Amino acid sequence: MTTFVELLIGGLSTGSVYALIALGFVVIFKATEVVNFAHASLLLAGGYVAARLSGHIGFWPALAVGIAGAATVGALVEFLVIRRYRGGEHSVLAIATIGVDIVLLTEFTRLIGTDVLTLGDPWGDAVLTFGSVTVPQTRIAALAAAALLITAFLLAFRYTSWGVAMRAAAENREAAALMGVRLGRVSLSAWAVAGALAAVAALFLTVFPTPGLERSTSFAAFKAFPAAIIGGLDSTAGALAGGLIVGVTEAMATGYQAELSFLGRGLGDVAPYLVMLLVLLARPAGLFGTRELTRV
Amino acid sequence: MSEPLTAPRRAPRRYALPAAAGAGLLVALALPFYLDRFWLQAGLFAMAAAIGAIGLNLLTGATGQLSLGHAFFLAVGAYGYCALAGGDEEGLTGLGLPTAVAAAGAVLLAGLAGGLLSPIAGRLSGAYLGIATLALIFIGQHLLFNADDLTGGYNGRAVPPLELFGYRFDDSEDVLLNVPFGAAEKLWYVGLALLVAGALFARGVLRGRPGRAMNALRDHRIAAGVMGVPVARLRAGVFVLSSMYAGLAGVLLALVFQRTVPEYFGFVLSLEYLAMIVVGGLGSVAGAVLGAAFVSLLPQVFMRYSESLPLVSATGDGGVAPGEASRYLYGAAVVAVVLFLPGGLARLAPRRRTPEKKEPSDAEDAIQTQTSAHRA
Repeated sequence: MTTFVELLIGGLSTGSVYALIALGFVVIFKATEVVNFAHASLLLAGGYVAARLSGHIGFWPALAVGIAGAATVGALVEFLVIRRYRGGEHSVLAIATIGVDIVLLTEFTRLIGTDVLTLGDPWGDAVLTFGSVTVPQTRIAALAAAALLITAFLLAFRYTSWGVAMRAAAENREAAALMGVRLGRVSLSAWAVAGALAAVAALFLTVFPTPGLERSTSFAAFKAFPAAIIGGLDSTAGALAGGLIVGVTEAMATGYQAELSFLGRGLGDVAPYLVMLLVLLARPAGLFGTRELTRV
Repeated sequence: MSEPLTAPRRAPRRYALPAAAGAGLLVALALPFYLDRFWLQAGLFAMAAAIGAIGLNLLTGATGQLSLGHAFFLAVGAYGYCALAGGDEEGLTGLGLPTAVAAAGAVLLAGLAGGLLSPIAGRLSGAYLGIATLALIFIGQHLLFNADDLTGGYNGRAVPPLELFGYRFDDSEDVLLNVPFGAAEKLWYVGLALLVAGALFARGVLRGRPGRAMNALRDHRIAAGVMGVPVARLRAGVFVLSSMYAGLAGVLLALVFQRTVPEYFGFVLSLEYLAMIVVGGLGSVAGAVLGAAFVSLLPQVFMRYSESLPLVSATGDGGVAPGEASRYLYGAAVVAVVLFLPGGLARLAPRRRTPEKKEPSDAEDAIQTQTSAHRA
């Protein structure tokens, strides 16, 4: 039972981090209808900047610069690539983001090399103990930070004029533009916000118990893709649910590996994808996604 | 293309393309007598890549179904061949079938794997399918590392050399016209034959009824459905066909590599194939072949000439390694092609004007805008 609770908390915590990444992914999709396959590179960008700087200027300033850096990279991708596209087909733009991903991923993998960069976070490997349950402080911090950010984001999405503009653009681009919503600004801010969220996620993907930022961190970031798909690509609440599902699935599959050994080593890395395939079999638009309806 | 400029434009154009293709084929047939092993090897990789890219272009380019899982089917082909043809050496399981049968079996196996995914491949499109197929990469890697007695796990598995009618395509040297023929030279002709056959078949598919249905499905799913295109069945069918192409490419790759290792068949490989078809040109066979040549020969060129190229250094020097340099270049090429050169490299080549491929009129543009508005 103790193991179960520990795994559940750990899973919810990683899940909330995945939800952060998936949220950015969904925001980009809603605002620009582009599926951003370069999302993992945005995350690496933020994490890399923060990790390189934290030795020099301390953890919190470094994190702030990292977040700003990832937001800038996101905004640059929007400004230099997405905005320049004049065709009508959004799936082709998704392929352009794959090109961006190839370049950025290569660059950051080269910069990181074989190093394991630590972010010098204040939590270290300290743990909290409730009765017989032991949880690393970083997991609690991740859960709290993610909850805070997601709440703030959803409130902003609902009540600020930025959020209203964003939702209007997602609902109907032409009408929104005619009502004076500046689509360029909406899409630029969506990419920047997504980058910032990814940078925060990068922090919590690289702190204890993970050794630090390394090449394979981008593969951890990939788990936000199934999270977004499970929840439904155009649903912010779905990103949340999908993230938690992926996190818990992964934690359970890793934690009970011994019992599941007939399925092979490293099951935790595959389990989220299997869950995603099962969800897609039952609901092709994800759990909360809008089902595609077409009027002819 | 050396005809005088004053020649009438119509007649030569009709023969220009087949003539160029024929000349290219003759050159390709003669190459093993002139090139060294390094370039033959590189050329073989490019051929294998071209076969795989043709398959992906049928799926993504012609039908508009994004797939990030192409590397998985390449792996099925490569490992399927090893497992079917290999013996029980090194503590591995193998059926020890004749190699030609094993190669065909591996292609069918890849098709079967694609068919198993048809409940998903038939229903999904766009990003959903892209990410669903991303799952295949991770599932594939998991299987490759864990199904030790089939795949050899981390160390991979030796590839039994191809044997056709008693002739072995291995490194035992035969001398032909004073040129020693090793595995690369011999496989060159196998690769060439497979590529030509694969390209002609895909061209036939694209020009015939299925090709029209595929393009209709890509351009307007509902209109295609209304006109009687079986949407789900066609999507699933093209997915199977593209997996079989990938399987064939996998078999050829395995034969060239002579050893299959699991890391090769990862996410980056899938990205490379997507880069190939985008850079070359979406939806055409020539585009796939051009793109495959570009993306797979680029790292080899960098590797060979790394000393004389600025900014590129040998692997392990801390600078930009040849593989990385080429990745920057084709990553940027993908973006540039999407933004500035829709149609890819194939668009640059002179081609016959066909009457039905006229520029889209304003009316068609309006329809397209409406469609995207509906999708929003």
